[in-house]
Amino acid sequence: MNKKIYVARSPRIAARMLGEEMLVMSGQGSTLFTLNPTATILWQAADGATSLDEIVERRICSEFEVKPEEAMRDAEALAEDLAKHGILLISEQPIAGPDSPVQEQQQP
Amino acid sequence: MPGLATQVECYSVVIAIGGIPVRVNTTDADFLEMLQERYAGFLSAEARAEFDFDVDLVPPAFANPDADVSVTHRSGRWFMERGDFRAEWEPAARRGSIRQSANPYSIDAVLRIVHTLVLARQGGFLLHSASAIRNGKALLFAGVSGAGKTTISRLAPVDATLLTDEISYVRKVGEDYVACGTPFTGELAKLGENTSAPVAALYLLAQGPENRIDPVAVADAGRELLANMLFFAEDQELVHWAFQAACDFVHRVPVYRLTFMPDARVWQMIG
Repeated sequence: MNKKIYVARSPRIAARMLGEEMLVMSGQGSTLFTLNPTATILWQAADGATSLDEIVERRICSEFEVKPEEAMRDAEALAEDLAKHGILLISEQPIAGPDSPVQEQQQP
Repeated sequence: MPGLATQVECYSVVIAIGGIPVRVNTTDADFLEMLQERYAGFLSAEARAEFDFDVDLVPPAFANPDADVSVTHRSGRWFMERGDFRAEWEPAARRGSIRQSANPYSIDAVLRIVHTLVLARQGGFLLHSASAIRNGKALLFAGVSGAGKTTISRLAPVDATLLTDEISYVRKVGEDYVACGTPFTGELAKLGENTSAPVAALYLLAQGPENRIDPVAVADAGRELLANMLFFAEDQELVHWAFQAACDFVHRVPVYRLTFMPDARVWQMIG
């Protein structure tokens, strides 16, 4: 059985929806990213408490016509990519909110 | 019997850009005179200053003028460094120091950094843009080097008041934005007028075969504004403020792309 993956928005970035686009700025290197629609959904749902498979099932599969297995594979790759840029935190445990000590991302 | 201490004359000048008075203290009368010339029009007769900077002049040494600026924040102090200067600033104590040779460029860079940091907390920013007041409203013309900031400034009609041809000073006042004149010049080498007006529009400059104005989508406006903002420190809090300031600005102020020929008729479209 696959392990659960939890994702949380990094507290070290600033983000804002401008028009239809989600702009994210990383404090590290002051790099600006524009998230695509799937990444925006993932980003908005990444509360640290909801697992990635739940996000895929509830938010992504319902929005796009895609098979759950395929959507999960894509979401994992996307989450890893966002984590590499310091935008998302990934953990095999639920991730505490910004008021609690945040566990740094553990690369799978 | 010789005295145990030598009395050193101290000279001061208050430079007020964007309505923020900064006092610069030096023991060198020639350096003071140079500052008075450099910042003519931006000198304040008031004794009050938000911050004091003591300048420690050192002999000139080779410095790469293209060297990157380093701005870091530690224990409540900002440390600014480039090949030609080293400066420290403690906002809570309202004091700072600058170690540089007797030249106008180093202190100019320090003032830009300090104003960037002060404005960021207030939702404002410095922007690579020309700006001018016409009919009581300020217009900003942003773009990288070569985009046409100097050209649009040169083409300005006589009833326009030039605020700067290089670095615009944008303050947030309530929910609105005000552009202030700056002494930070570009190729035009002409100081802006020390005055201000509410910002009516931001134009993103592009030179082309015709004069035209096109609307810019809010996300593109945000991206381009961020790309043209002066930004020195990789400080997390500062990044957050700058980002929010850019997003707030493009929600509040109309942003257009201005394609123009080097022809004064462009001002008929924008004035």
